[in-house]
Amino acid sequence: MGYSGFQIIKEGLFGQKGWKPLWRDPAPKPRYDAIIIGGGGHGLATAYYLAREHGLTNIAVLEKGHIGGGNIGRNTTIVRANYFLPGNQEFYSHSLKLWERMEQDLNYNVMHSQRGLINLFHSDGQRDAFVRRGNAMINQGDDAILLDREGVRSHLPYLDFDNARFPIYGGLYHPRGGTARHDAVAWGYARGADQRGVDLIQNCEVTGIDIENGVVTGVQTTRGPIRARKVGIVTAGRSGQVAAMAGMRLPIESHVLQAFVTEGLKPVIDHVVSFGMGHFYISQSDKGGLVFGGDLDFYASYAARGNLPMAEHVMEAAMTLMPMIGKARVLRSWGGIMDMTPDGSPIIDTTPTKGLFIDCGWCYGGFKAVPASGFAFAHLMATGQPHATAAKFRLDRFRTGVGLMDEEGTGSQHNLH
Amino acid sequence: MRINCPHCGQRDRREFYYMGDAVAITRPAADAGPDAWDDYLHNRDNPAGDTRDLWYHEAGCGAWIVVARNTLSHAVHGATLAQKAAS
Repeated sequence: MGYSGFQIIKEGLFGQKGWKPLWRDPAPKPRYDAIIIGGGGHGLATAYYLAREHGLTNIAVLEKGHIGGGNIGRNTTIVRANYFLPGNQEFYSHSLKLWERMEQDLNYNVMHSQRGLINLFHSDGQRDAFVRRGNAMINQGDDAILLDREGVRSHLPYLDFDNARFPIYGGLYHPRGGTARHDAVAWGYARGADQRGVDLIQNCEVTGIDIENGVVTGVQTTRGPIRARKVGIVTAGRSGQVAAMAGMRLPIESHVLQAFVTEGLKPVIDHVVSFGMGHFYISQSDKGGLVFGGDLDFYASYAARGNLPMAEHVMEAAMTLMPMIGKARVLRSWGGIMDMTPDGSPIIDTTPTKGLFIDCGWCYGGFKAVPASGFAFAHLMATGQPHATAAKFRLDRFRTGVGLMDEEGTGSQHNLH
Repeated sequence: MRINCPHCGQRDRREFYYMGDAVAITRPAADAGPDAWDDYLHNRDNPAGDTRDLWYHEAGCGAWIVVARNTLSHAVHGATLAQKAAS
């Protein structure tokens, strides 16, 4: 189905009745070569790359709700590759490259907009840290430009540069960073997987994982049992509950992360901007809403909504950095459920059960990781070997203490990320 | 969200520092082995529903307290001193 201007005008004139569903709605078959639990961004990308890269098409994605109804629809749509530590660096660098060709690969407009990301700094010490990060990004092959105060002013003239408490010293500019249309990413991968024969089965909750003699044999679902020799758990936000069906306890605590959007405004913020002295980052959606967020509420939660102290902190930070948005009215806020690991980095690994794989622990960074996570997890499920870009995302790194990736440098402990 | 501190009564969540699951008060023996320590430090039941977690009344009396709470509704059911909960 095409999305030409002509088609859109025609459908507009005839009541939008001619659009066809983008993917089938199949009933589950009794047996598949592989099952992916979770029809979010990561699960759909995994299915797509299993089919495209590894020729595995007799597979199913099981989703308890509807496609795109989880965290892929509850984020702030930022795409970037500005990580510092080995492990994260090569992975997010690969992810950004996949983003850059996603629309051609999927033949689907995900509105990927490389509008540039600027992380601001407000002290000499912070500048040193960003110089170091920028050099690490350049060494990885990605782009980073150190902006002084006037350099930032040329991009972001509307900031409060002379704020008495947090004056702006400069910023680290990542021109290839930007945003994308989050729902379209789910829809594009869903359509791409469906076109290759993958069954996307919605309203199908997994209620048990069948294991015989340490080998996975299938799953129990609300739509009956399904057999498969390979099962991938891709349920960030509910990883603990699904992993428990296989007798596992994960190094994960679920937290809530809030985000906010204002009413639609004319174009005013051209980049993605983050404040360096409080938790606040912002971009403007193509629809005009200012989309912004802050830090975790910092207590275990599955409520998908936060409390007022963090909302207040975010608004205060916004007013400190860019007082011009003070008159914009907040339209709504939401909370995503974050799989927080002790070191703040994800997990893509095998499990003690043969044939059972897990992709989880995306903390607050899952959206930008969608393509590379799907790519690496598909590689792991198809070959049994980790993909080179995700080889350090090991489940046992907490137990052994080897290979922890604590990007913030705060320590490997649950309440610190 | 308000937490009922056993010493101070109902107080705003902002007065408290969150430590994590109340497993933190049941420290394994020094020679318990790596798996026990891994469970203690990292692995969590992470329930969607009723939970017990450890908070520190940082901007109040300074007590460590175990809070019974629901992670789906954010309802706080009660709180006891960690000293008592541990004994």
